[in-house]
Amino acid sequence: MLDLLANAVVSGLLLGGFYAAVTVGLSISFGMLDIVNIAHPAFVLLGSFIAYGANAAWGLDPIIAGIVFAPLFFLLGTGIHRVYDASFARRGEESLRGLAFFFGVLFITEVALVLAFGADYRLVETPYSSTSLALGFVGVPLRLLVPFLVSLAMITGIQFALDHSFLGRAIKAVAQDRLALRLMAADPVRVKEIAFALSIATTSVAGALLIVIAPVEPSLGRDYIGRVFAICVLGGMGSLQGTLLAGLIIGVAESVTATFYGPSWSPAVAFGVLLLVLAVRPAGLLGR
Amino acid sequence: MRATGFWLALGAVLLAALAMTELVANQYYYFAGYVVLQYVVLATAWNILGGYTGYVNFGSAGFFALGAYSAVALTKLSAPPLPVLILAGGVVSGLVGLATGYLTLRLRGVFFAIATLALSVVLHTLIINWDFVGGSRGAYTMRPPPLVFDSYVKLLFVTMLLLALVAVGAARFIERSWIGRGLAAIRDNEQAAACSGVPTLRLKLFATTTSGFLMGAAGAPFPLYVTYLDPSSAFSLAYAVNSIAMPLIGGTTSWIGPVIGALLLGTAQQVATVTISSAANLLIVGLLLVGFVILAPEGIVGLWRKLAGGRRQ
Amino acid sequence: MSGAPILEILSLTKRFGGFVALDAISLTIGEGERVGLIGPNGSGKSTLVNCIAGVLRPESGRIRFAGGDIGALAPFQRTRAGIARSFQIPQPFASMSVIENLCIPLEYAGAGWRKRGHILAEAHDILATGGLAAKAAALPAELTQIELRKLELARAVAARPRLLIADEAMAGLSGAEVDEVLDLLFALSARGIAIIMIEHIMHAVMRFSQRIIVLDAGRKIAEGLPDEIVHDPEVERAYLGE
Repeated sequence: MLDLLANAVVSGLLLGGFYAAVTVGLSISFGMLDIVNIAHPAFVLLGSFIAYGANAAWGLDPIIAGIVFAPLFFLLGTGIHRVYDASFARRGEESLRGLAFFFGVLFITEVALVLAFGADYRLVETPYSSTSLALGFVGVPLRLLVPFLVSLAMITGIQFALDHSFLGRAIKAVAQDRLALRLMAADPVRVKEIAFALSIATTSVAGALLIVIAPVEPSLGRDYIGRVFAICVLGGMGSLQGTLLAGLIIGVAESVTATFYGPSWSPAVAFGVLLLVLAVRPAGLLGR
Repeated sequence: MRATGFWLALGAVLLAALAMTELVANQYYYFAGYVVLQYVVLATAWNILGGYTGYVNFGSAGFFALGAYSAVALTKLSAPPLPVLILAGGVVSGLVGLATGYLTLRLRGVFFAIATLALSVVLHTLIINWDFVGGSRGAYTMRPPPLVFDSYVKLLFVTMLLLALVAVGAARFIERSWIGRGLAAIRDNEQAAACSGVPTLRLKLFATTTSGFLMGAAGAPFPLYVTYLDPSSAFSLAYAVNSIAMPLIGGTTSWIGPVIGALLLGTAQQVATVTISSAANLLIVGLLLVGFVILAPEGIVGLWRKLAGGRRQ
Repeated sequence: MSGAPILEILSLTKRFGGFVALDAISLTIGEGERVGLIGPNGSGKSTLVNCIAGVLRPESGRIRFAGGDIGALAPFQRTRAGIARSFQIPQPFASMSVIENLCIPLEYAGAGWRKRGHILAEAHDILATGGLAAKAAALPAELTQIELRKLELARAVAARPRLLIADEAMAGLSGAEVDEVLDLLFALSARGIAIIMIEHIMHAVMRFSQRIIVLDAGRKIAEGLPDEIVHDPEVERAYLGE
């Protein structure tokens, strides 16, 4: 019993760190920029399939592929933000139409992936896919550990960049006060654009990590919508440390539920947590 | 449209449909027509909360499926007649809509939208794990007795038509009433509405409950239509995307927008599923949704108004 | 102060995280009184308005309106009780015509159900008094700044308030336009409505107010007749610095 629990908690923590990496982009776009990008998980899936493609075609390690393609995703993010800004933000009709827009993008991305790759599961074999470290009675699979470490690196890197660069401070400022940002001689729209593009760039890496952990198929994005929003809200919107903490919590909750109640209940865990948080404490754990 | 004209038109539609059941024998038209009419109800229901009030519901599939599974559960318990099933499906979904609204409508509209998405998945997971209604294996239901018609499909077709007429009538009534004006104020500027004396929370809850009720009612006959119901078809993503795309493409400010959107898009999809894959079908719906949202946010109704207004000059 | 108090604010405190926006503010507004509320930017004026309107919940303190504690009332209930406010940046209902904009508070803030015809008639009256009669069928997007401000005030008036809070209704208007709005407010005052005018345009505040209250950094630093306030060294310091 105890070793079951211990294993569940450990893999939950590892998975949770990864979930946080998936969410960090949304913490930027939704938490800081107030852009409800519900298509975020679809881009993660896109990243997974591109990593899969690169691996299948050129034998490229998926995580390397994720990093290599991140600039392309950055450009994609720029494009999407331009359309979003021109069509909705300027007109002040963000709420209904902006949401519908991203929902449409989510949808299109998922269906396009189905058309391009089929609805079957795709997986990637890495040299460490089947290796597992043994710490007493706890097994630590490398296919979970490596993504976990990369996730931590990515989150820490972004936090560092936000804290110590002019652009980072500008992004934090635009989250709070556009006027102040203008007075800092930075163009709010441009800052938002770069921040949003950054959020999409993270999905390239996150997607690569996803396919290292487990096989993927296009509709998986929908499972992740609940997770990423639950983590984002629970973590207190724009707080990256909050995102990490919330990710770990959700990861462990899901893992323990799956171990003791069966995997068919896992999708509901994150969403259930989300509903609970929204009803009880919408500011989240570390929120403003 | 003036009131008498409207109700006469609805009556005429009903009579035409009844006449059709006498004259047209090809069952395919009733199967396809049922689906299109179902979308009329779903799109109209969605629009009461979305277009009139400005709150997006991503979980239409959840409310629809809830109605369907309420019908399955009730049928297993006591096999009541169809109208009772429809009422029950509506009530269950309406209450869930009320509860969801009560929990989240005091927050920003965005959180309500996300909560509806969450709700859909939670419901899906609950149903998959509920063996009484078949769980993931699905449930079989008996075909309903055709009553006055010569096939069960014709009966279901006329039933769904009646539901569609009720939904459209209700939407038009709400739109033109003081409730509708209050909802529009909330949509335009919720804070200003509250400061003008509009009881925002109460009206929003009314909209969520009514919308949920109609979606559940639309879902209740579904198990009888398919005779084999499984969670993936009840919770199909097609319902979520179509209930949003149809009103947005048709036009959200009036009852006629969702009807136009559902008739056009619904029929097109019925035709297309024969020729192209369902995935490509949905891709086109998604593209149309995004295209309209960006380029023609007022929908077809809006485009028509611009054309008509332009010609007058 | 004339007559019984219509609004009593007792030791109101509002915090945003660690920032104290309102620090134990107390003030009283009499029935039908014309009060000017001034203070530098960030002094807490808008926060105070939002607390009175029910949009924000204070951490401590009480608000009494017409003798009753309104702390538990939602914004729409406070409007129905008789508190109306106009917004600094006009917030019209964009999809409705000017007259339809007025029908919302007429329909919802009034007591009891009235026929549509009566509501429309009263809306037309209000528009006529405000000089907006010609624009009854226009959409807010077609209005000029001054017309939007008038619509904003008209909508607040349509709620039949006993207290009207005019939040920077004249900001950015020309001299003649400021006078137009001032005339409107005087006319409303003549009907017995208590008015709190929040403004930066000093000559308007001086002309309009029977009494002026000055806020700075969340505290009330001065209160009295316009002539007293103008010469108050504390007020000078707050606006101009040491």
